[in-house]
This record gives sequence, structure tokens and C-alpha cells, in this order.
Amino acid sequence: MSLVTTPVGLDSAPPPGAPAESGTSTSARPPAETGRSRSALVLRLVGAVALVGVVATVWLGLWVTPPDQFMGNLVRLLYLHPSIAWVMYVAYGVAFLSSLLYLWPRTRSLRWDKLAGASSEVGVVFTGLTLVTGSIWGRPTWGAWWTWDPLLTTTALLFVLYLGYLAVRRIPGDSEVRARRSAIAALIAFVDVPICYFSVLWWRSLHQAPSVDDPVNGKTYIHGSMAWTLLLSFVSFTLVYVWLLVHRYRLFGLAEREEGEGLALAIEERRAESQVPSR
Amino acid sequence: MWRDALLVAGKDLKIELRSKVGLGQVVPFALVVLLLFGLALGPGVGRGSVLFSAEPGLFWIAVLLATVLAVQRSFAVEAVDDASDGLRLSGLDPAGIFVGKAAAIGCQLLVLELVLALVSSLLYDRHLEGGLLLAGSCVVATVGLVSIGTVYGVVSLGARQRETLLPLLFFPMVAPVLLAATKAWDAALSGSPGHGLGWLDVLAVFAVAYLAIGTVAFGPLLEDA
Repeated sequence: MSLVTTPVGLDSAPPPGAPAESGTSTSARPPAETGRSRSALVLRLVGAVALVGVVATVWLGLWVTPPDQFMGNLVRLLYLHPSIAWVMYVAYGVAFLSSLLYLWPRTRSLRWDKLAGASSEVGVVFTGLTLVTGSIWGRPTWGAWWTWDPLLTTTALLFVLYLGYLAVRRIPGDSEVRARRSAIAALIAFVDVPICYFSVLWWRSLHQAPSVDDPVNGKTYIHGSMAWTLLLSFVSFTLVYVWLLVHRYRLFGLAEREEGEGLALAIEERRAESQVPSR
Repeated sequence: MWRDALLVAGKDLKIELRSKVGLGQVVPFALVVLLLFGLALGPGVGRGSVLFSAEPGLFWIAVLLATVLAVQRSFAVEAVDDASDGLRLSGLDPAGIFVGKAAAIGCQLLVLELVLALVSSLLYDRHLEGGLLLAGSCVVATVGLVSIGTVYGVVSLGARQRETLLPLLFFPMVAPVLLAATKAWDAALSGSPGHGLGWLDVLAVFAVAYLAIGTVAFGPLLEDA
């Protein structure tokens, strides 16, 4: 599936073929619809840029950049792995903040709940990818697919913690109740994120500390095309995250609407059934 | 709050004394687990055998498994006959209810840990040395275990799939407790309690953090259960 397609039949915005770009017809539409089609266009643009960025990262990483002085060709996997891990942290950070905003009485809105759910779902996917890419890198470098390094262990824990959070989200019930319960679960699960992030600094073990930039000595260890490729990778994967997040968020909204409309439809049907015998 | 906690803990312990589920089912279950470890990793005995060196970890794994059962039991009591509604309407301080329920589970766990420590020492042939560090880490680790267990117990109270949900939520959260408690026990048993004190600090940090989380979060979670 192309990155730029919208979920067919589930999109609240006009269908992909709708002429969002034709300036003449938009003026005749109600303002809300115009805004929605514009946001759909922006989202499609984000998707397209993300796709181009990821493809360019792969191209630069595999063909253009030189092999590393110490790691040789293995360094090419490092154009993916740190940026995927970065997205994982961003996703959990967003989930944490939006859960906090949901619990704060002044900003309480189910929108924050949906955002937290969407973000942690994307986060779980990226945690899985972090573990897989790290494992592929670890096999030739450390000689094992898995080691009990603090960073690896805490990342694996993050994966299961947020799987648990997603399971909590699936407990049926009133949406307000579910939102509050999941927000608390998200705050608890987030305990592991700082432990995971700082574990390389706290316990200097197998996994290297951040090697792009050394904040302690104020040095940068990566230069030229390698630096640019890594930067591009960070930007593109962040855009992929944004694209997935918005789509997941909208899917939550649509599922909610479907639930509501499905209920109304069922009531309608029962009513129609009850009227048949009386005639 | 403390009076409420005492009331709830007293109620839960009275139920336990009358039903004897903990004594009759949870403790035997943990003993079975110890036996199974022996079958899986045995049959060596004494220094150098797998069972000997793994004793602290096996002990704590058995404790974790039993904790899930104890927490499930504690909230199964609240699930029947809408007892949780009674708890909510009782006007007791939610933080008190949390501390009370956690304390009741904690009391049962401490008894269980005593039994398991003796039996595992016997089965795996490892003498219980450094008693003070052993007991201290048991108490502090139990506070952490029951705090987070009680929070997730009430989360899964309302869920239809609570039997499977609770372990999934509980085990990842107590992984640090398992690690620290095992290391502390290992240090005590191998006769170098000085190495274990740092791990005791880690246990204390998690115990305080989980206790704080529970005291704050239990009220709203109980409302929704």
C-alpha cells in the first residue's frame, strides 16, 4: 500500500479523488468542509514527503554514504535504528502529555484520549521496529541477536508495558471511564521511558552511548554525507510518525461515529420490526 | 485514612482467615512452582548446581506468580455480589482503601515468603545467611509488589478478561523489583551483604514510587471499576 493513500471508505474527509485542489469549487462549499479537505491535502502532502524522505534515506544510506572507519558497512543500519528509536520516544512522550492533559480537569477532552491511544499504538510499532533493527545490528556486531544489556532490556519492557496499555484501552465500557482508566495506565507505563533513555548513561555497558553528539565533551562525531543522511532519516521518520498518528486518530473518531450510527440504525430496525405486525 | 486502611485490611484478612484460600491454594501453588523448578533445572544439589546458584531468582519468581493469585483473589472478593459498590459507597477514604487492601495482601505475602524461603532453602540446599538483609528486602519488595498489584487489580476489576489482563499489566511493572530483590538476596546468601544494600535502595525507590502512584490513582480507578 502506498504511503499516501487514505483509509478507503473510512475517511471523514472527501474521498481521495475529490477535487480538493480545484480552487473554483472550494469557494462554493461550506467552510467546515473546505477546512477538512485542506487538512486532508496537508496530510497527503506530509505522507508524500515522508515517503520521499524514507526512500532518499535508504538510497543515501545504502549507496551514497561511505562505509564507516570502524564498523564498515554495518554503519548503514544506523541510519535507520536511532531515528526509529527517536520516534518511539516521541510517540510515548506525546501519549504521556495527552494523557496528562486528559486528566487535568481544565483540558479534559476525549480528543486527548484518542491522541494518546493513537500515539502509543504507533509507539508500539516503532518499539518493535527498534528491537528488530537493533537485533539485526547486534548479531554481527556483538555476536548475538539479543544481550541482557540494560537498554535492550528496558526497551523490551517498554514494548510489553505499552502492549498492556493497549489491552487496558480495549476493556469495554463507557468512553469517559475508559479514557480515565487508560490515561492513568499511560502515566504508569511512562515510568519506564526515562529509565530506558538514561540507561546507557547510567550503566555504561554494551550498547554505546549516543554517538552522534557528545554533550559531555561538546564534540560531534559524525560529519559530511553521513550526518546529512542521519538528519534526513530523523526528519522523515518523524513525518512518518505524524502521518500515521493523524490517520490513527481519525480512525478512532470514525470508529466512534460508526458505533453511534450503528446503534441508531439498530434502534431504527427494531422499531421498524415492531411496526410490521400491527399493520 | 489510617483508620479506614485498618478497617479494610481487617475485613480482607478476616475473609482470608475464614475462607483460607491463600493458605489452602496460593501457598501450595507456590510450593508446586518450586518443585517444578527443581524438575526443570535439577537434579543437582549443593554448590555449583544450577538450583543452588539460581535459588534467589527462583524464589522471587515463585513469589511473583503467587502475588498475581493473591491480588486476583483480593479483587475477586470485591467482584461478587457487587461488593465493590459497597466499598465505593462506604464513604471510606480511597487512599485508605488502597492501603488497606495492599496491606492485607502484603501480610499474606510475607507469610508466604517465609514458607517459601524455608522450603526453597531446603529443596535447593542453600543456607539462609544474612537474615537481616533477606528480611529487609522481603518487606520492601513486598510493599512495591502489592502497591502496583493493587492498582492493576482495581484496573482489571471491571474487565471481563481480568484473569489474563492482570499478569500482562503486572509483570512488566515489577521487573525492576524482581531484579533488585534477586540481587539483594544473592548478595545476602553469598555472604556479602554490603553488595546488597544498593539493591535495597533500588527496592525502596520503587516501593515508594508505586505506593505514591497507588495512593493517588486508586480513587478514580475504583470509581470507574
